[in-house]
Amino acid sequence: MTSVTVTVNGASKTHQVEPRLLLVHYLRETLSLTGTHVGCDTGQCGACTVLLDGAAVKSCSLFAVQADGRSVTTIEGLAKDGKMHAMQDAFWQEHGLQCGFCTPGMILSACEILERNPRASEAEIRTGLEGNLCRCTGYHNIVKAVQAAAQKAR
Amino acid sequence: MKNIGDPLPRVDGPAKVTGAARYAYEWQVPGMAYAVLVTSNTARGRVLEVDASAATREPGVLAVLTPQNAMRLPGPTQGEPPDRVVQALQDDRVYFSNQPVAVAVADTFERAVHAALMVRIRSEPARHTVRLEDELANAVPHDLIAGGRSIPADEARGDVARGLREADARVEQTYETPPETHNPMEPHATVAVWEAPDRLTVYDSTQWVFAVQRKLARAFAMPKENVHVIAKFVGGAFGSKGSPWSHVLLTAMAAKQVGRPVKLALMRPHMFGMVGGRPHTRQKLALGARKDGRLTALSHQSASATSRFDVFVEGCALQARHLYACPNIESKHRIVRLDIGTPTFMRAPGEASGSFALESALDELAVALDLDPLELRLKNHAEKDPIEDRPFSSKSLRACYAEGARRFGWEKRSARPRAQTREGMLVGMGMATAAYPGNFAPAQALARMNADGTALVQSGMLEVGNGAYTVMRQVAADALGLPVEKVRFDLGDSTMPEAPITAGSISTASVGSAVLLVCRALRQRLEQMGASGAASYAEVVQRAGGAPIEERSKAAPGEERKRYTMLGHGAQFAEVLVDPELGMVRVARLVGAFACGRVLNARLARSQLMGGMVWGIGMALHEHSVYDEKLGRIISRDLADYHVASNADVQSIEPILVEEEDTVVDPAGVKGMGEIGTCGAAAAIANAVFNATGRRIRSLPITPDNLL
Ligand code: FES
Ligand code: FES
Repeated sequence: MTSVTVTVNGASKTHQVEPRLLLVHYLRETLSLTGTHVGCDTGQCGACTVLLDGAAVKSCSLFAVQADGRSVTTIEGLAKDGKMHAMQDAFWQEHGLQCGFCTPGMILSACEILERNPRASEAEIRTGLEGNLCRCTGYHNIVKAVQAAAQKAR
Repeated sequence: MKNIGDPLPRVDGPAKVTGAARYAYEWQVPGMAYAVLVTSNTARGRVLEVDASAATREPGVLAVLTPQNAMRLPGPTQGEPPDRVVQALQDDRVYFSNQPVAVAVADTFERAVHAALMVRIRSEPARHTVRLEDELANAVPHDLIAGGRSIPADEARGDVARGLREADARVEQTYETPPETHNPMEPHATVAVWEAPDRLTVYDSTQWVFAVQRKLARAFAMPKENVHVIAKFVGGAFGSKGSPWSHVLLTAMAAKQVGRPVKLALMRPHMFGMVGGRPHTRQKLALGARKDGRLTALSHQSASATSRFDVFVEGCALQARHLYACPNIESKHRIVRLDIGTPTFMRAPGEASGSFALESALDELAVALDLDPLELRLKNHAEKDPIEDRPFSSKSLRACYAEGARRFGWEKRSARPRAQTREGMLVGMGMATAAYPGNFAPAQALARMNADGTALVQSGMLEVGNGAYTVMRQVAADALGLPVEKVRFDLGDSTMPEAPITAGSISTASVGSAVLLVCRALRQRLEQMGASGAASYAEVVQRAGGAPIEERSKAAPGEERKRYTMLGHGAQFAEVLVDPELGMVRVARLVGAFACGRVLNARLARSQLMGGMVWGIGMALHEHSVYDEKLGRIISRDLADYHVASNADVQSIEPILVEEEDTVVDPAGVKGMGEIGTCGAAAAIANAVFNATGRRIRSLPITPDNLL
């Protein structure tokens, strides 16, 4: 067992964990933050995407101990004071989701894309989200949602 | 009616964008243990020994279930078809690669994974075959189950041989579609909690809580009321969660054996074989037509793969029975048994793979006749069902052709292949017809008016992305005359009124009808009790003592199904860009116009269609469960090797809703839209590839090597 201290959604957490514990399971099982999903276990689907010090990472491909001393934002931490983040609202309003399983990871990846480039073009959004698979929506409304959130931020 | 048709944003949107929506694996129960499957790596034979001695010595490992030590189930593991034959460690037989042969259970997920890796399997392999060609000679006819009813393997009208003799032009070709795997983003997951030795609660990722309930009750020999199945959100399914597969029984067995609640999620590689997929098909088409384009013969013969131990028939040749006017039609289905997991319904089962063959053949016929492909279809437009000789409950296919062609700009197409280029790319345009049955199965619902004037409506259907929470609320609100905010719709629980499977574009039409009927009944009852308008509901309930007033109703198809053929229709148009040097294909535009009766929510309907159309891109260009024939297993078993369309594969997707009124199909006037977006899409793309390159690809997916 190893001790990790991670700031998750603004709050500092310390736990004894097995070194082999993946970050995604630390979030889901230890912290009960189940909004981060597991879609493939192999780093391909993006359902497990969270922000690690602001960068979108696939939390199934990191150990919890790698997050020691760092800061993680999950989908549960995106809303502020009970108000949805503009990206969450845009995914809802633009209907960028169906089953919703890919949605948390998709939203966090999208946040990072706009963080890096608030004026990302449609092609940049599509390429930026290539690591997040969605089997339901056909992606179109997802792109529209990201564009709407970008618009709103300007 | 004021809510129906409104593009109301999804009522479950907030839960889904904040991470609050709870999928099966996320139900937390104290004392939970974790299970991980061990699967076979031989495709046929017997398990001689499962050596779990090292695994069970590891800390935290609670049990390793094997064919030797797994509990014997007191009841049968299979019910009536379409319930599937599953492998629940009841014997030592191996029927396909990746079949479960052991289950490791531990107090943490990591320990369970580790234990599973330490299990050693010794097996006696037998000769296997996973190649359709090898067993084609042994193909046998088999009836199908589609839309919840049985359909004969073969149907015919007239004399196809004569029709072909009389034809001025003929196309006789064979088409092939590969095995595919559904790959919903949420892996199958089950949480099993034994509340008492004979009472079980299960959280499952399923398209049908009642099937899960029945299967578990049967296997554990309990009354079905003792099994409670809950599924509030399902992360996509597409048919793969329509039947409870092996892991559902295995999780309940594991929970029983270790005396703790157990959760299990399939790992992505487990999803290739064990939970169904679209079968490999080989389809022979023979078309004959007069010079003017009128069909004289239409023969569609399909052979599709199934397992050795169970039957699934891909209904490829069903559309040929209803789609085009032709005096001589034959449609046949054969199955070919292989050493594979049983295939199953996958989005637009039959129609997606069948339309690729039929609509490609029509395109070839158009070339042979030197006719425009759209013109050819219009020439053969069926005014009534050609085989059953009866009317359609509604049909707006001509409007779909016209609207789709106009929006797409079909008149700009050049008939000659390789005639158009753009920035060094060959440009091609193609089209195809889409059709999918307007299915309707018995469904029940309850509606309850509370003393505060709010209503609760329930039916045990599922939310799999279809928008059930939203559209059912709209239907209920209209029928009760209430604003949507005053109505709650709840689903996904086996204690609720029974709904049909949430699949096959059945559930919106069926449950929508049940909800409509039950809300009308409730309204009538309230009116009899003195209500005049929705504003007085609360008062009426209070006057009657305050206890909620409840009605239950059932909607079921009747005799009209014998008098009419019921189909949703559509027209797909594709523009592709093909790199002449690399053979890479991009779908630049896909336009589809669809008529499916009443649209309950345009926003959700368009989204369903778009998703379906993108599945068409996947089918045309990417998806393929590749078998290693020597090993007898799927080797493309993760999302890196099994390609589904990604964001960057999609350019412009435009679904168009064509208005249609159908007063016959079901009380709600709805033909489901879950599948039709996929129908015809792959053919439209393949036809566009021909138009771009002059190459006719008759076997999917269309990969660059085919075009070089
Ligand atoms: S679960 Fe992490 S990428 Fe799929
Ligand atoms: S909404 Fe279902 S996977 Fe994206």
